Amino acid sequence: MTDLKILIAGFGGQGIQFAGKLLAYIGMYTGKEVSVIPSYGPEMRGGTSNCSVNVSDAPIASPLVVNPEELIVMNLPSLDKFEAACESGAKIFVDSTLISRKGVRSDVEYFYVPATGIAGDNGFANLANVVLCGKFLKETGLCDLATAAPIIKKLVPAKKPELYELNMKALEIGYGL
Amino acid sequence: MAEKKLMKGNEALAEAAIRAGCRCFFGYPITPQTEVAAYMAKRMPQVGGVYLQSESEIAAVNMVMGASAAGVRAMTSSSSPGISLKAEGISYLAGCDLPAVIVNMQRGGPGLGGIQPSQADYYQAVKGLAHGDFRIIVLAPAGIQEVVDLMGSAFDLADEYRMPVMILGDGMLGQMMEPVAFPDSEAPVLPEKEWACSGTKNGRKKNIINSLYIQPAELEEIVKARFERYAEIEDKHAMSESYMTDDADIVLVAYGATARIAKNAILAARAEGIKVGLLRPITLWPFPTKALKALTSTAKAFLTVEMSMGQMVDDVRLATECARPVHFFGRTGGVVPTPKEILGEIKKISGGIK
Repeated sequence: MTDLKILIAGFGGQGIQFAGKLLAYIGMYTGKEVSVIPSYGPEMRGGTSNCSVNVSDAPIASPLVVNPEELIVMNLPSLDKFEAACESGAKIFVDSTLISRKGVRSDVEYFYVPATGIAGDNGFANLANVVLCGKFLKETGLCDLATAAPIIKKLVPAKKPELYELNMKALEIGYGL
Repeated sequence: MAEKKLMKGNEALAEAAIRAGCRCFFGYPITPQTEVAAYMAKRMPQVGGVYLQSESEIAAVNMVMGASAAGVRAMTSSSSPGISLKAEGISYLAGCDLPAVIVNMQRGGPGLGGIQPSQADYYQAVKGLAHGDFRIIVLAPAGIQEVVDLMGSAFDLADEYRMPVMILGDGMLGQMMEPVAFPDSEAPVLPEKEWACSGTKNGRKKNIINSLYIQPAELEEIVKARFERYAEIEDKHAMSESYMTDDADIVLVAYGATARIAKNAILAARAEGIKVGLLRPITLWPFPTKALKALTSTAKAFLTVEMSMGQMVDDVRLATECARPVHFFGRTGGVVPTPKEILGEIKKISGGIK
């Protein structure tokens, strides 16, 4: 039974919206109901950006994720803002390259992924979001890498096949952590 | 049906309009509906249609009037402040008996307000969009697939009854992405509009599109004839969705994105043993009066939930003839109600019932 209520948050430019779309596409192509809703307020103009994603076996009621059961955060303000809102038992994925503090709740599970560092070291500095998605797939069991591969292929522009390799590599590294 | 695509509400709406035969789009950018215009700019030239970004909202709606008078399926879209600017043109469309589709992806108001989702234009859309005795059909989809499914109906109803039809959405519906499937059908073959000013080719009497009638008796007759058509629409075209209402003690009434949030609250309430359901108007005019009235025999109370200070709640009271208490909960200004808040209201009412 899949019922993911995901919130992804970080700075504008970190690929927050792409990560949301990626997880939604994976949900859609694996036969689930999905919805994605971006923040479109002043926060997207240089401040924090966030994105609500639902992936479920049942039709999605509210597309807005107010109390996340899965949280992916790529900057400190986002962890500060959304950590308390998470449901008890939530999984929180933290880009630990950019967020030095640890989580403060004892009723949720934290996964510290130095995603930005890993991405930089591997020559795809702008794919830290995908590294986190890889870890997310592994910990939530949404799908395995073999299932994700053709979906990534569909998302990458046909004219830029090299992006497929890079995205897959980022996803694999995250998945392998 | 073709393979599902993940699409943003505004883009799916634009694509559905083109597939419904819309060949003229006139618009002006405003958050949160700008993607409608952006998508039309890209797609219209591919289907031989016209996309034009006008110098203002007022110009856009008057261009719609011109295209519609010439027999073309035409559309404009905006968000709340922009719709106020289009109001005069919409009254003229109604007065000229011209079909058109107008999209309002509502944002917080009044004035420039904000850019976050809102439903504070209900009165405007349903009760009094502009001067004069007239109605427009108002459709309120709650998901992206429903946006797509209703777009064809919007143009068909507009043509059949020769009147403006509004799609009343909100920022959430415009911005969110969901999987959609478009029917594989070809572009519809539309019946000829014999009333249109499309050129006589020296073969017929000229048609005149006009809304000016100086003689009161003549104008009264024309308005009355229009209201006979409105009565037929009220009789035939009211649409709503019933969700878990059969055994519901409390029936929530909500439309559009708010109805989606209400469903979460209903599931949470049911998990706690409170019997709650939802009546979701899909047409706001005509209002689903019969469906609501029927529920007064089983429901003990109604709770209207809106992203406004309470506008549709008046119609719920009228439809139920106040046979049961009608409560209201709303957030406004771009604040979206949470399932927990709605659940709190349900519990308050439930406590009162027991």
